[in-house]
Amino acid sequence: MANDRKRVKGTPLIEIRGLKIEGYSDEKWHPIIKGIDLDLKRGEVLGLIGESGAGKSTLGLATMGYTKPGCRISAGTVMFDGIDLVNAPQEQLRKMWGSQISYVAQSAAASFNPAHRLMEQVTESARNHGVMDTNKAEADAKDLFKRLQLPNPDTIGTRYPHQVSGGQLQRAMTAMAMSCRPDLIVFDEPTTALDVTTQVEVLASMRRIVEEFDTAAVYITHDLAVVAQMAHRIMVLRYGNLVEQSDTRSMLKQPTQDYTKSLWAVRSLEKPEEKSSDIALSVSGVDATYSGAMKVLENVTVRLPRGKTVSVVGESGSGKSTLARAITGLLPVSKGRIEFNGKALPAKLKDRDRDTLRRIQMIYQSADTALNPRQRVRDIIGRPLEFYLGLTGAAKEKKIIALLDNIELGENFIDRFPGEMSGGQKQRISIARALAAEPDIIICDEVTSALDQIVQEEILKLLMRLQKDTGVSYLFITHDIATVRAISDEIVVMYKGKVVQQGLKSEVLNPPYPPYTELLLSSVPQMDPDWLTGLLKQRAGAKV
Amino acid sequence: MSTQNVDILHMRTKRTWSQDAWRLLKSAPISAKFGMFVIAFYFFCAVFANIIAPFGEAEIVGKAYAPPSAAHWFGLDQIGRDTLSRVIFGARNTIFIALATVLISFFIGGVLGIYAAVTRGWMDQIVSRIVDILMSIPVLIFALMLLAMAGKSVWNLIFILALLDSTRVFRLARNTALSVAVQDFVEAARLRGEGMIWVVFREIIPNILPTLIAEFGLRFSFVFLTISALSFLGVGIQPPTADWGSMVAESKTLITFGRPQPLIPAAAIALLTVAVNFVVDWFLHKTSGLRDGQ
Repeated sequence: MANDRKRVKGTPLIEIRGLKIEGYSDEKWHPIIKGIDLDLKRGEVLGLIGESGAGKSTLGLATMGYTKPGCRISAGTVMFDGIDLVNAPQEQLRKMWGSQISYVAQSAAASFNPAHRLMEQVTESARNHGVMDTNKAEADAKDLFKRLQLPNPDTIGTRYPHQVSGGQLQRAMTAMAMSCRPDLIVFDEPTTALDVTTQVEVLASMRRIVEEFDTAAVYITHDLAVVAQMAHRIMVLRYGNLVEQSDTRSMLKQPTQDYTKSLWAVRSLEKPEEKSSDIALSVSGVDATYSGAMKVLENVTVRLPRGKTVSVVGESGSGKSTLARAITGLLPVSKGRIEFNGKALPAKLKDRDRDTLRRIQMIYQSADTALNPRQRVRDIIGRPLEFYLGLTGAAKEKKIIALLDNIELGENFIDRFPGEMSGGQKQRISIARALAAEPDIIICDEVTSALDQIVQEEILKLLMRLQKDTGVSYLFITHDIATVRAISDEIVVMYKGKVVQQGLKSEVLNPPYPPYTELLLSSVPQMDPDWLTGLLKQRAGAKV
Repeated sequence: MSTQNVDILHMRTKRTWSQDAWRLLKSAPISAKFGMFVIAFYFFCAVFANIIAPFGEAEIVGKAYAPPSAAHWFGLDQIGRDTLSRVIFGARNTIFIALATVLISFFIGGVLGIYAAVTRGWMDQIVSRIVDILMSIPVLIFALMLLAMAGKSVWNLIFILALLDSTRVFRLARNTALSVAVQDFVEAARLRGEGMIWVVFREIIPNILPTLIAEFGLRFSFVFLTISALSFLGVGIQPPTADWGSMVAESKTLITFGRPQPLIPAAAIALLTVAVNFVVDWFLHKTSGLRDGQ
């Protein structure tokens, strides 16, 4: 069916004209997409890029003729292969989705039904749309698994979703999307939740399969370097408007708009490293286990110099957040020693005195969950002032305002609830809360990873300035190498609960590398459209 | 955009609490307004029963089973008491008992539930398993059994129902408190060195309060229905105290003669239950941030 149709590469597939989409909230319709034209040819991969709220997912879904619940297309046309998707009956759309148009979501784990085996789910649309019978569909799925370079392609289909890794699941989802050989696949941030080392494999297999079948694709992401590998052409969106569009190479070489240029900015931010031997915190030979059985930290030794930033990098599961929990006393260490200002730090949180607690503060990844939604900024920042420094009344109020000024928000934020602020503002409040305690050390656990590129840069700049002003040390936990490059003096690389390497930024980021550091660094996407191709060639060469 | 935002937010904080409450009430849908009106009316009747009721609670004013008349709008009951007066007094008794029961059950269930959620460990395990066992026995049958053992008195009724109902409250309080207790801001408070009291009263309770208040309304209507059911079965509120459940039971045969008497206390029960549900629905909708069409 779907396979019989003529696919001539380069002929127009999608034509969107003057598209406007509105979303319903607070009892009003708000514009999300404000009049966008989009063209996509067969076999072409279009990258949609922008910050959160730019409307990239909404536009991406609109190419399928779909809007999320609570949204509506208020103007414009979406033509898909000559069919008007805006006015097409639901029945027709339902037949097209899954067979002619398919979708790969960000979280494959949430998109698969945990109660069914992979094979059943991957072949489901092919069977339901009557494209193939079960045997043929299964044979085809195995072929797709092979093409997507999944391990054991013949048997992996018998597994349940929880029995394969995140990267494998994302590829299985791509196989599902491919099962009817659609004309269009919409990829919505498919690798955002994956580690960089896994991301490389997934990107490579997605790109190959899209090329092999000449499928047109819309690739939605906030990561320019990723889209540079995947897309032939890039559209930059902001606030529901098109900022600019051009083919990938010229976009990267010479972006014309200031906004597009600013998306690069964080990559150019770089603090010169400084060496110091005045150690504020030292972790020596530390082991930690969860429920006595699983060792999550093994013989970890890390030193944090006073007034400096040490970044801890690694994939998920490498133990970097566990290290933070061990230092804060939430997870008492089972072996080894943590020294703070030359004195041994009690392993358990409740054995530490108030002054020690004050000196080690923490900032969390998600300010949404780190700030009590029912407390006003006054109480959030005021509590540590009262608790540690004994400030009350006017003195406390004055200090809160001084802190708000220091984090560049100002006095009129004092009565706000967290829900009345943006993500970046909330993260600033978290910083102010940590700062209020006048700490020696702040542990920053992925503090920028939930934020947009431009906001990230502002937060990093703020953290650097605060360090200069107060001499605080940062233990900066992150998986993002660009952030590491920007902020650190020293870097600790962790893998499977062990420290692979600690050294100055210049040492760790330059050869010679230990093997894992090399794998990690080489997996970070570069702003070069040939980066992935080059890397794959290089790795293939190394294997031979 | 941002300057406008600042202004709006600034204005909001300057409004007083009562103005905020008034705006909230005005924005309520018609069903919730109706519900609030009915509840207010019931409470008015309950509080001022002595003044409003034309006759006394147990006063015999005429012939048994007299039909409705100008003097006795709803007629007289099986021993000649005024039905209207007894419905009004019944509001006082039934609502008081239901309210007392729910307050006690929330005290028991809420304290244990939040404590279990914050401390976890063996205490949580033990209480949770006891609650599982208690919940596996149907409430009405269990209450009948306990009342038969303890004897029929108002306080026995209140305590037994409160105890049985607190199992539901425990589960809700524990689960909602647990979902808050695992959040980063609670961890941040612990890392700051805050004690249990602060964590519970300042970090957890403000976040679970809307859910608990809504549940309070729902539990009130359930308890109220259970009391009425028990009274109907003759083990709840004892005569001569007026109570809607027993009034239905006492006059139920009249329905076969086409007389409306049993329907009046029954309607009073139904109306209050519906009214409470209307208000709770609106309140839950409001506080959970649910939007139409989602």
